[in-house]
Order: sequence, then structure tokens, then C-alpha cells
Amino acid sequence: MRKHFSKYIEQFAIENDDFVFITGDLGYKALEGVAQNLGNRFINAGVAEQNMIGMAAGMAYKGFRVLCYSIAPFIVYRCLEQIRNDVCFHDLPVTIVGNGGGYGYGIMGSSHHTLDDIACLSGLPNITCYIPAFLEDMNSSLDTIFANQRPAYLRLGLGKNIPDTLSVKEYGAIAKGSNVNLTIIVQGPVANNVLEALRGNKHSTKIDLFVLNKMPVRSLPDELRMSIERTKKALVVEEHITVGGLGSAISLLINEGALPLQKFVSLRAEGYPNGLFGSQTYHYEVSGLDSKNISKQIDSFF
Amino acid sequence: MTDFTELQGKLRLRILKLHYDANAGHIGCSLSCIDIMIAILKFLKRPEDSFILSKGHAASAVYVLLNHLGEISDDELNSFYKNGTTLPAHPAPLKYKSIPFATGSLGHGLPIATGIAKANKLRAEDGMSYVLMSDGETNEGTSWEAAHFAVANKLDNLVVFIDKNGLQGIGNTKDILGDTAAKSKWDSIGFETIEVDGHDIGMMCSIAKKISDEKNGQPKLIIANTAKGRGVSFMENKMEWHYLPMDESQYKEASEMIRFKYES
Repeated sequence: MRKHFSKYIEQFAIENDDFVFITGDLGYKALEGVAQNLGNRFINAGVAEQNMIGMAAGMAYKGFRVLCYSIAPFIVYRCLEQIRNDVCFHDLPVTIVGNGGGYGYGIMGSSHHTLDDIACLSGLPNITCYIPAFLEDMNSSLDTIFANQRPAYLRLGLGKNIPDTLSVKEYGAIAKGSNVNLTIIVQGPVANNVLEALRGNKHSTKIDLFVLNKMPVRSLPDELRMSIERTKKALVVEEHITVGGLGSAISLLINEGALPLQKFVSLRAEGYPNGLFGSQTYHYEVSGLDSKNISKQIDSFF
Repeated sequence: MTDFTELQGKLRLRILKLHYDANAGHIGCSLSCIDIMIAILKFLKRPEDSFILSKGHAASAVYVLLNHLGEISDDELNSFYKNGTTLPAHPAPLKYKSIPFATGSLGHGLPIATGIAKANKLRAEDGMSYVLMSDGETNEGTSWEAAHFAVANKLDNLVVFIDKNGLQGIGNTKDILGDTAAKSKWDSIGFETIEVDGHDIGMMCSIAKKISDEKNGQPKLIIANTAKGRGVSFMENKMEWHYLPMDESQYKEASEMIRFKYES
């Protein structure tokens, strides 16, 4: 996703002279083209993330659209107060881009993982979190972010192209079954694991699959609500902890809407239950976010 | 030479009344920096310049000044600290043009002001970016992140004032982390640094104007030596007046002292 992101930004930089890109001294072999196209509007703030966000607020106040880039854990946790007080309170057009969200940095370890970033950010005023699942919806997320000119967080992960047979839209169903018996709701690139599970699962034609790539979710999109009303069963898959994540948000909305529900399963990042570390794929397996377990969970609904 | 004493006394009396009516603390903080703020907001700041109050706990000093300058009405000012006010103890976001950022947590103003200075440089605009910090605030790591960025980026349009009263949360700054607002430290980073009497408005204005005109690639720091609670002898240099509200007799005595010092 990072290369795709850089390509988008390289073009955006040429077309918009009110755009500034600040990096927290990261982006080796990824941002060189961005730096070239932006010239003096490409700023390295050094290894100083809090100042980076504070400065971004100051620059946005002066009329620039500012994007701050680092790896996801560094740009969220260290500068949470700067994001809240300086950017969000003042509703400024600052986009926080965190690369490698979730378990994306794998064996780099827990300091480099981002399992509760959405919980930290999505409750702050004026900000929207974007968690694209595929390369295609990363572009549309950026389109929306730059059109809105408000605080935004973009969590980048390991992106893949969406299969040709499917189409993705914001809060949309990407696959709709007939005689459906299960509604699956997924967020972020872990959607690829869900698609892989569906490819080998005999119930795949009886499933509605939704991608929700924005947080917070303030209401259930009509199509999703109708699907849940029909199936009365929901499986939520996210690379994030329960607290402040998609599963708890959906669960609240289902309860507030008094939707009839027979079964609800949440698959999420479980942290480090065995205290051991490995690749992103390893952590998917430990948390039950791998395609094999997702397929098993799907079977349990039928 | 302009005589500033009448205004210094008038705004101090206004601060005392606000805090007395509201039964509010932070009196010493506002009396410490009101003269610096008069210098910046009334005399130095042009329309193209910006000012960030980083020590947000001295909000009442900004409020009385903006009232004096006509941006905050008397009714609004009298609502200070009350339910439904636009003037809480620390500045609120998006309420007044001259308060562009809500502050209150320390260490935010300098990064923001640095960003404003950088933006002005990118646009080749000649606006100055003023920021007022407390000396205790320079304990915050963001001070050093922003300071190094400002030097590395040659932001000579950034003018930092430090209200150096030598006191912080629960002690003397020199006894806690040492003097993080020491001239030598900021000099060594690459700031153009000057120390001045933080209650001498004329001197602060002339020094700030002089160094602001020097386009030498160095960001500026004016260390304004002040006394917390300045003008009220029983408050001066007393840490407790960061926190205490005044009772009736203290309010009367404090007001008398201000009148005597600034009106006679």
C-alpha cells in the first residue's frame, strides 16, 4: 500500500501547491519521488513526532493542507495529545498517515504494532479514521480526505488489489449472496483473509460481505442493517482489539437499533496471548484472524 | 518614551476583579506575564503576525487585553469562569480570532508557532510568529524538538518569549530539573537570545523590534525576567499564588497595592 500511496501523493503534490508533506524521518525507498515533486514542501521533522504534529497544526492554521507520515505506532501514541488538542480541537486539515497498522510490522515486535490506534483516535472530535482494505479504496479514501479538509487518520496496511469479480465502496457490500444466512463485516487489509476463506468455503454463496473502512461508525448503513435483519447472524473481523474497535461499535448499533440477532462472533487482534512474537501471518493465526479459522467460524453459523 | 504604567495598573486591577469575582486561582501567573502580553498584543503584533499563548493558565491576561483592544466585550469578560462562558480558565478553541489555539497543556505553543513560522517562510510572507511560554514549560521535551527544528530551518521569523519567574508547579525551577530556560542552553542550540526585564514594556518592545528586523537566519528568544504576582507584594514570588483565590480582604489589599504602585 505504501508504494501506491506514494504514487498518489506524488501526483497530488504536483497539482496542489497548498499541500505540505512532513515525515518523522521515515520513508526510505518509498518517499523519494514525493520529496522530489514537493521540493521545499517536503519536510523532515526529524525523530520528533510531537513537534511534527504541533507544527502541522500551525501550518494548517496558515492555510496549508498538511500530511504527517510515520509508521503507525509512532505517529499515534506518542503524539496523541497533539492530535487531540492541536489538530482535532481546531478542526484543521491535517492528515495523519500511519504505515503498517495492526500487526503489519510483524517480527519487529510489539513496539511496532498498532492494535488500538482506532480506539485512541476515533473518539476524538472532528477526526475520521480511514482503514482501507484494498489498494483501490486507499485512493478513494485519500480523495475523500483531501476533499473534506478536516482531521483524518489513514492506517495503511499490506494492500492487495480487490479481485476483479468484486467492487468495493465505502461502507458497501463487496459480495452479496443469495439465500443469505450470514453477514460478515470486515475492516482493513485483513479483508484479504476473509476473501481467501470464502474462496474455499462451501457456504460462500450464502454470505453478504461488507467492508467498513471508516471509523467511527455512527450508524449502520441501510444495506448492512437490512442484511443483518435478514440473516440475524453477524461475524465481524478486524485487526484491532475489541475495545474501541469495529466489533464493539457494530454490536452497540445492533442493540440500539433493536435488530433481531441469533449469533454474533467477533474475530479481532487478541494482543499477545501466548507472549510470543512472529510475522504478521503468525499473529493472524494466534488471534484467529487467519483464513483457516475464519472459514471454520463461518461454518459454525450454518 | 511612552508611559505604560496606567495601562499596566488598569489591566492588573481588571485581572484581580475577574479572579475575585470568579473565586479563581492562577492570579500570580497572569500578573507575571501581563506586561509581556501588553508588549506583544498592543505594540508589536501587526495584522500579518500571529501570537500563541502557550502558558494557557494565564488566559485571564489575554482576556483582559483583548477586552481592552475591543475583541472581547465587557459582558463576555464578566462571564469568565462561569457556566456557559466562552472564557474558561484556559483558552477555548475557535472562539476568538486573536486566540487561534486552545492551550492549557504545556509544551504545545512552541511547536504550533514553529509551524506558523515555517508556513510563513514557505509562502515568503513576512509575518512574525510570536509565542509566550513559561519557564517551567521548557521542561517539556517538545520545547527542544521545536527549538532544534526552528534553528535547522532558519526560522528567524519566530520570536519566543519566556516568562521567567523562576517558579513552577510545586517548586523553584532551578531545584526541579535545573534551569531549562537558561540563556546558555538556548544560545548553544542556535537561538539569538536576549534577557530583559519582563515588566519593562518599552524595553521589551524595542528589543523585540530590533531583533525581529535581523534577518540572520536565527530564531529569537527573549527571556523576560519577571516576578510571579508582580504588583501585589504578598503574592510576589510566592508559589501558592499559582493556585489560591483571594478572599475579600486580600482582594481589597491587592487592589490598593496596584493602585498605589501604578496610579500614583
